[in-house]
Amino acid sequence: MFDAMSPEKPDAPVPPQLYAAGRARAGRKKGNLRVAAEAEQMDWSALVFRVRDHQDRAAFAALFRHFAPRVKAFLMKSGATEALAEECAQDVMATLWQKARLFDAERASVATWVFTIARNRRIDALRKSRRPEPEDLPWGPEPEPDQAEVFEAQQETQRLGEALSQLPLKQRALIERAYFGDLSHSEIAAETGLPLGTIKSRIRLALDRLRHQMDVKAPEK
Amino acid sequence: MTIKHHLSDELLMAYAAADLPEAFNLVIAAHLSLCDECRARSMAFDALGGAVIEDSTCEMDEGSLAACLARIDGLTQMTAPLRPRTDRVLPAPVLDYVGGGLEAVKWRALGMGVRQAILPTGDKGASARLLYIPAGAAMPDHGHRGVELTLVLQGAFRDEADRFGRGDIEIADASVEHTPVAEAGADCICLAATQGALKFNALLPRLAQPFFRI
Repeated sequence: MFDAMSPEKPDAPVPPQLYAAGRARAGRKKGNLRVAAEAEQMDWSALVFRVRDHQDRAAFAALFRHFAPRVKAFLMKSGATEALAEECAQDVMATLWQKARLFDAERASVATWVFTIARNRRIDALRKSRRPEPEDLPWGPEPEPDQAEVFEAQQETQRLGEALSQLPLKQRALIERAYFGDLSHSEIAAETGLPLGTIKSRIRLALDRLRHQMDVKAPEK
Repeated sequence: MTIKHHLSDELLMAYAAADLPEAFNLVIAAHLSLCDECRARSMAFDALGGAVIEDSTCEMDEGSLAACLARIDGLTQMTAPLRPRTDRVLPAPVLDYVGGGLEAVKWRALGMGVRQAILPTGDKGASARLLYIPAGAAMPDHGHRGVELTLVLQGAFRDEADRFGRGDIEIADASVEHTPVAEAGADCICLAATQGALKFNALLPRLAQPFFRI
């Protein structure tokens, strides 16, 4: 069983300033790692804030170098041609620029936010079924978000990624295929058969955090 | 509001991954509009999507970043467009499909006071409709070939096993044959999405099926 409280693996994203290409691995000793990982995890949301508050093109470029290739890979795995995926990845990043004020760092990591933008772009590009969104929540991003909440939300992607990488290959492949939009409707049973396995505890933690957010922000509901 | 019947993990993940037919997406979006618990669960599945997208990368074309930087030059940044709830019964995503509030629904009689309104969806995987069942009346007895999601928007219904009130969602698969009955009190309004066509057990509704697209 995956231990929810295990220390972070040495696989933290490198700071955007140092980012070149491909997936780098930080090979530091464990003592410093937590601190280093914390600082690094914060960077993506801090960069989005720079884009939001100062229309900072250097911050945008750093975000682009990290996320654009990931969005493109995601779209190609979803069945887009390379040319279409390239075009859409640029669209997604331009949307990130446009919607920087709508990013709620207490609710979602930058990766999660980018995923939702990429998902919606994929629906248009590959003529997938329309996907209505729920009613807007009565609360939006805070002008001064709580740093601890932001940190927790930004950490989540890394933790979920680690949990995902520890799944048996078959389970992991099925989950990834689902997110690439590659499962037929008959493969998605309504009640049974989702092989979440050991990542369930991680999803649970994310859920507890989000549930808390909903309670705090929308007490009148 | 106390919601007792929620969405399954499978449906929430498929909604996060945009793997479902439009009619299902609509019912799920409507439920999430009413249910904070499932909204939080749905965000957790978005977070899993974030981890998936973080996991693989590739090469961008040469000049890709420069092209994108040139594009954002002329773009203004948007502010949050919060849409307040405008209808007491229909959540925002349903309003978009009806083209207005409850008074704008184009009901068609199915007999015995039961009415329905098909909502236009673009793909053939499933169909969506609003159902109006007078208090105390029974829904036509039916089974179905695929999954059916039924979300209560007003009133309540009971079937052989359970009670469903506003915000509750019933997930029924092909093995379920049920006869829901609307509770006494308020008339019951539901939003339903059905994979494939319904099979009716009584002769008359079966004959009526081609006309009413139930």
